[in-house]
Amino acid sequence: MKLLSLQRRMARAVMTPLTPSERMRSVAPDGRSMRAVASEIIKPNDRLTSFERLEIYNRQYWFRILSGFAEDFPGLRAVLGGNRFDRMAKAYLTDCPSQSFTLRNLGSRLEAWLQKNPSWTAGRRDLALDMARLEWADIEAFDGGAEPTLKPEHLASANTAKLRLRLQPYVQLLGLRYPVDDLLLEVRKGDDDAEVASNAFSERHHQKRVSAVAKLKPSPIFLAVHRMDDSVYFRRLQRDEFAILTALRDGKPLKSAVEHALRKSSGDPEELAANVQHWFQTWAVLGWFCRIEDKKSTGTDRSKALQRPSRRA
Amino acid sequence: MPANRFNNFTDYGIGIGLRAPHYHHILTRKPVVDWFEIISENFMIDGGRPLHILDQILEQYKVVQHGVSMYFGSAERPNKEHLRRLKTLVQRTNTPWLSDHLCWGSVDGRYSHDLLPMPYTFEAARITAQKVREVRDFVEVPVVVENVSSYAEFHVSEMTEWEFLNEVVERADCGILLDVNNIYVSSRNHSFDPYTYVNSVPAERVAQIHIAGHSKYKKYILDTHDHPVIDPVWKLYERAIERVGHTATLLEWDDSIPSFDEVHDEALKANRFLAGASLAKAV
Repeated sequence: MKLLSLQRRMARAVMTPLTPSERMRSVAPDGRSMRAVASEIIKPNDRLTSFERLEIYNRQYWFRILSGFAEDFPGLRAVLGGNRFDRMAKAYLTDCPSQSFTLRNLGSRLEAWLQKNPSWTAGRRDLALDMARLEWADIEAFDGGAEPTLKPEHLASANTAKLRLRLQPYVQLLGLRYPVDDLLLEVRKGDDDAEVASNAFSERHHQKRVSAVAKLKPSPIFLAVHRMDDSVYFRRLQRDEFAILTALRDGKPLKSAVEHALRKSSGDPEELAANVQHWFQTWAVLGWFCRIEDKKSTGTDRSKALQRPSRRA
Repeated sequence: MPANRFNNFTDYGIGIGLRAPHYHHILTRKPVVDWFEIISENFMIDGGRPLHILDQILEQYKVVQHGVSMYFGSAERPNKEHLRRLKTLVQRTNTPWLSDHLCWGSVDGRYSHDLLPMPYTFEAARITAQKVREVRDFVEVPVVVENVSSYAEFHVSEMTEWEFLNEVVERADCGILLDVNNIYVSSRNHSFDPYTYVNSVPAERVAQIHIAGHSKYKKYILDTHDHPVIDPVWKLYERAIERVGHTATLLEWDDSIPSFDEVHDEALKANRFLAGASLAKAV
């Protein structure tokens, strides 16, 4: 048997979901006996059959990816409840096995998968989707790239009509329907406390809190999931603030991003202008803007730029 | 004193794995440790705390990279994104050599995140050696391959595990990370003499040695890295050191991780044997 053929056969068996009692299934996905599949490729020894030897790998695979996945989505687990989450996780990882060299990316397709498979979130669909998005954004914000930050002097010669401000890659912008940020923080705190209490107590506490949030009338919240001093934070944003940041992230020049974002705003123009100024100051202090490197694409006034030494090393 | 060409002529002593529960201790107490081994994949990211911690470690300590998902033995070609990120990390750490496992774990772009055993065939040896060369040429540091613990053997195998290891490293002209705990675990699971294995390895290619603990079940032994090293593994280590001389040695402890001092003290037990090797060489 050729190497590729053997590896395909073994991988199919190893990635076959376990039985409810966490043993290897007796029937392979193609309907054949798993004992026959195992016997064809694996030798028995004096203590274990071919099936039992293959089962060691089958069980290790599922234990590893399920624990990694559960670690990444404690909030979604709280929303769905432990049993439903565990069944959902097996279904998701069966449909979407890892395509990455790192377990970090296990949940990268979860939100899209949940959208396509609404039965797993029945009764709490929007809440579950919001939580899945938030927890994935949290992962992205934790180890996303950070570029040198923009300093006021970098803008001295900028043409604001053409200037494009880039957000740091680690800044994640989310429009959500439920206050899942508060809920996730409570779940995490509860899990920390559970180290000294029982898991059952923790699960009951989560369910009470989730039920309370689920009863809330959906109301849009806007969130930036970002990083400061290597810790991830959730920052609530105002609607207009979120709209400007989203327009900048979409690549709109600064002037049109602000105009586009505020076109539907009905507030006092002076107050709005003051708000916009305050928001930009805050974002700059938080280091959310990347330093401008490419003078052409950022709309820097070229006649002035030519008189300056290059910032590139 | 230089070691060998497969570990870039370094003379490293006893290291331990860099693990998150020990970060605070290491950064605040700055204990004397010969070197740390990092899991490459944990740092093949774009930013954030892990890289910040790594940079602080690099300011004080020597670091060697150890991978868990290059899967030299997978029939498919190396993943380009994986290679690109690995090389970026190599440039950051200046690792003197790079290790990963003699196993497979992905097929058709799907990853098992496990170290799956190789069929010991000439075809597999040829494919594996080609991949080792490809990775080495890309990352531009010596690559060494580690023998894994296994729980299954294939009907198609044409040679023993140690013959397969030798076949791969000769074809790839690469070094070996000899994991003596893995040899012990596999020897119990497959009923072979672990000393035959250790005595068959080309000593001049051994760039590094791993030691670790494991878990014993009724019908097999599992490589869990969650216990101290047992005496039979230390004896096997002693024999390996007799053959290969003073070699960079690392204790792996990845689950139920005790205090830093406990892990380091366990690793330093290797000094008993390394000191003997140095003395023998001097005489």
